Amino acid sequence: MSESQLLTEHYHKDTYKSLKGYQADGGYEVLKKAFKMEPQAIIDEVKASGLRGRGGAGFPTGVKWGFLPRNDETRYLLCNADEGEPGTFKDRMMMERAPHQLIEGMIISAFAINSPKSYIYIRGEYDQCIETVTAAIKEAYDAGLLGENILGSGFKHDMDVYYGAGAYICGDETGMISSLEGLKGQPKLKPPFPAVQGYLKKPTIVNNVETLAAVIPIIDKGAEAYKAIGTEKSSGTKLFSVSGCVEKAGNFEVPLGYPLMDLIELAGGLRPGRKLKAVIPGGSSAPVLTAEECLTAKMDYEDLSAKGSMLGSGAVMVIDDSQNMVDLLGVIMHFYHHESCGQCTPCREGTGWLSKMVHSILEGKGRIADLDLILKVANQMKGKTICALSDAAALPALSFVTKFRDEFEDYIKRGHQYAAEALHV
Amino acid sequence: MNEYIPQADKEFILKELKRYETPISALIPSLFCIQKRHGWVPAEAVKELSLLSDLPESRINEVLNFYTMFNKKPVGQLHVQVCCNVSCAMNGGRELAKHICETYKVGFEQVSPCGTVTVSPVECLGACDKAPMMQVGQAYYEDLTNESALEVLEKLAFEKAKVSAHV
Repeated sequence: MSESQLLTEHYHKDTYKSLKGYQADGGYEVLKKAFKMEPQAIIDEVKASGLRGRGGAGFPTGVKWGFLPRNDETRYLLCNADEGEPGTFKDRMMMERAPHQLIEGMIISAFAINSPKSYIYIRGEYDQCIETVTAAIKEAYDAGLLGENILGSGFKHDMDVYYGAGAYICGDETGMISSLEGLKGQPKLKPPFPAVQGYLKKPTIVNNVETLAAVIPIIDKGAEAYKAIGTEKSSGTKLFSVSGCVEKAGNFEVPLGYPLMDLIELAGGLRPGRKLKAVIPGGSSAPVLTAEECLTAKMDYEDLSAKGSMLGSGAVMVIDDSQNMVDLLGVIMHFYHHESCGQCTPCREGTGWLSKMVHSILEGKGRIADLDLILKVANQMKGKTICALSDAAALPALSFVTKFRDEFEDYIKRGHQYAAEALHV
Repeated sequence: MNEYIPQADKEFILKELKRYETPISALIPSLFCIQKRHGWVPAEAVKELSLLSDLPESRINEVLNFYTMFNKKPVGQLHVQVCCNVSCAMNGGRELAKHICETYKVGFEQVSPCGTVTVSPVECLGACDKAPMMQVGQAYYEDLTNESALEVLEKLAFEKAKVSAHV
């Protein structure tokens, strides 16, 4: 197991939070190595490693960096620490336990893309993270790891923390840029992509916390060694946040391609006497897997995509037979309706209709025909909007209703019995 | 003058206005500063912030109304935010939110008759491994039961009362 703990090996140590403790375990050594490399060689190494964005979209990181225009315009690095995908709590742990790991990964990345300024955009609710990361940045400045001429390399880089105020949509990279610009956090139409025109219309690279931290082992051990972990197309390790109906919920770093059922075992397995009903494998936006699909599911980009779902942010929500799928879809639909930023009609209206329809079933007022209407509305929401929120709402609706249709029909038929117990909040 | 944004907060906001590449980025931190002082963001404070930052009130209100963490009306001394998203919902988050409401005889998003609590059901707060959980003020309280949550609230309310008695 230890070879798979590229990021979390030292997380159990309380000292790892501080600069001294981090350095005692080899921290900032890879930065020294990076400074001896050509920036382009770092980009090439990250590209060769096959590292894909760990925030949810899974876009190849090196390729994203390669989109930067080849000119001397100021470019920004923006760390996406707005972790809002329901079920995800890995970035929070990374920032609380190893803030310097993030900072080191960011300085290496900033050096590679020649960026003089970066921001870490942390969701406003993560007060502890904001405090810990802010203190770590100060420590780094005091030790000459940030600011002018870092470690005598001649490279200058400034870093600051910015925080949100409660909006899931700011996890979208262009929504985040809008928010950092002091506007409503509404996503922007792409192209132009942020790498060409992002924050303040300057080239901007937005990467997730885990992605930026993963740059460290790649530069340390080399792309080949990193690629040797995981599967052919999904290289490296990934942090999975396992929660829901398991005995020991928590974060687990395992090689990509790890069997889903083994991951559930790592999280203590199911509760006594319970049977697995379903798993949402990549945050609430990811289509649900039936218990049968779970048996062969592997936690990598290709396998989950072949099963019609996705790896997403790595949030594994385990659902056992004590749960009602109609009820859970109600929770999920309420979430997307609440979080839609409202600028695209299919999303603003569609999320509202989906939520209303599922809740009307929950209230015992559903008709069988509503199920096809849910599918119709959800299908019309896909691929028609500026950002992915609309699809993220449509996919769970489609998968829940299609894969658990019997349960939805049963609920509708016996709705009055269930409705009395339905929990609306 | 400056009733809603006292000198100390004014200094913080002026610093924030210079901290980022553009002054308007200071809006979120400034609104949080106002909320910390008043528990919510009163319209009068927005007016003062507009004068202080030289940003139109409409721009400030746009940001204020977009984000859920800003309270647009007064809340109780303890703003109890109970996560009701998927993992917490599967582990009793919604029942917990209702139980707190019943105990304090208050509906969601209202101020309890004693002025102590406002209960808000909220979306995922990223503590799914410790479900059910709640955030009160800035702190997280995790792995809750109905009993342990009420104990936390009683303790926090007692501390608040002690502080106001001293004032």
